[in-house]
Amino acid sequence: MAFSLAPEAPVAGWLHDLDVWMRNSAGFFAGRPVVLDLTSLALSGSAIQHLVGELESRGIRIMGIEGADPGDFAGHLPPVLRGGRPASTGEGGESGRAAAASKRTEPTSLMIETHVRSGQSIVFPGGDVTVIGSISSAAEVIAGGSIHVYGAIRGRAMAGANGNPQARIFCSCVDAELLAIDGFYRTADDLEPGLLNRPIQAWLEGATLMIAPFD
Amino acid sequence: MSKVIVVTSGKGGVGKTTTTAALGAALAQTGQMVAVVDFDVGLRNLDLILGAERRVVYDLINVVQGVAKLPQALIRDKRIDTLSLLPASQTRDKDALTDEGVGRVINELRERFDWVICDSPAGIERGATLAMRHADEAVIVANPEVSSVRDSDRIIGLLDSKTVMAEAGKHMPKHLLVSRFDAARAGRGEMLSIEDILEILSIPLLGIVPESEEVLRASNLGTPVTLANPATAPARAYFDAARRLNGETVPMVVPSEKKSLLDKIFGRRAA
Repeated sequence: MAFSLAPEAPVAGWLHDLDVWMRNSAGFFAGRPVVLDLTSLALSGSAIQHLVGELESRGIRIMGIEGADPGDFAGHLPPVLRGGRPASTGEGGESGRAAAASKRTEPTSLMIETHVRSGQSIVFPGGDVTVIGSISSAAEVIAGGSIHVYGAIRGRAMAGANGNPQARIFCSCVDAELLAIDGFYRTADDLEPGLLNRPIQAWLEGATLMIAPFD
Repeated sequence: MSKVIVVTSGKGGVGKTTTTAALGAALAQTGQMVAVVDFDVGLRNLDLILGAERRVVYDLINVVQGVAKLPQALIRDKRIDTLSLLPASQTRDKDALTDEGVGRVINELRERFDWVICDSPAGIERGATLAMRHADEAVIVANPEVSSVRDSDRIIGLLDSKTVMAEAGKHMPKHLLVSRFDAARAGRGEMLSIEDILEILSIPLLGIVPESEEVLRASNLGTPVTLANPATAPARAYFDAARRLNGETVPMVVPSEKKSLLDKIFGRRAA
């Protein structure tokens, strides 16, 4: 599913609002295809390039542009559209919409080779996080995908943070303060005492966070 | 090759200053040149523990700001002439410390001493981060209780990210010194055990200093415990720790409670 962004004039003010909103929803756009809808704006080619550049600098990947004349881009989409496919607005713009075919390679997993110490926060909206050490008390790991911990979880682990209910949490020893998948969470108080200090996996079944021992 | 050690903990009152003085005095007694530096600007204490409070003229801030030269501010101990103190200022606050100035003073100390031991203030603010910033190794002091261990964990994270060594991509060697350890209470489960602490912090153990009245008595006398009465249990623990810092291999004994016969028979375990 692609999201549509429809900037409003003045663009600078709209970008500011977007920044405020993104601060509160970090990682919302990670890995998501976004279509830029310019129907309510009349922008020159260079202004569109500038806007696309601004969005790119915020980590938003524009896959296509709607509501603008392809002639505005001098026959090309801006080079940031590397991940895009040829798109059409149905108004005869096919010829100008082809983007370079080369696939953009962003890392889809993050490897932490040490402990995540108290007070540290690892945020990786782009995919899975693997921690070779432990997550200490009052430390947190937030991942867009699953979280794998080879040590103990004593702090917080939040998987599927971008709205991915398929994400899971694995660890070899659970003493967590909080486990969450896609916003559904359990605190240490809600953890069955029998699970404590055992290897577990956690997953979502509907709106219930399930935790089962691994041994 | 001089070595700069930071003695740090995050939490206050766990024994950083006591440890700085005790390790400094122990290392100095081996004939090596040792400087102990009080970074607790505004809450100066190390001079009291070393019994040098009446001899302070210039301090760390004066040297950092270039008002005084380093030799003017250094106070040589009257009992061990290889031990010197660079006191903190009591009338200023930690904002008077600058990264550049501290770096310059530490480099100057490196040229004169074999060991530079920096006594960090509690907390994770400017004083603590500047005390650790130029260190080569760290001694992390922790008490066997959860809050102290969590704060130490936080400090380890800072040592791995905010120091000159970490920023250069190097690994800073870290040593854990557990102080105020009471074997009987640990045995009853009222305190964390050494294994619990090591599992959470996972850094090598430098020493275990038992809870002892001797430490307070020595502090109030203005004498490091390794100088006041070298035969006491805490002094011996600090001497062993100093030898390990020096690179010697000294076997570690975890103090254990002398079990009563009933305990042995029933094999009672701490809950």
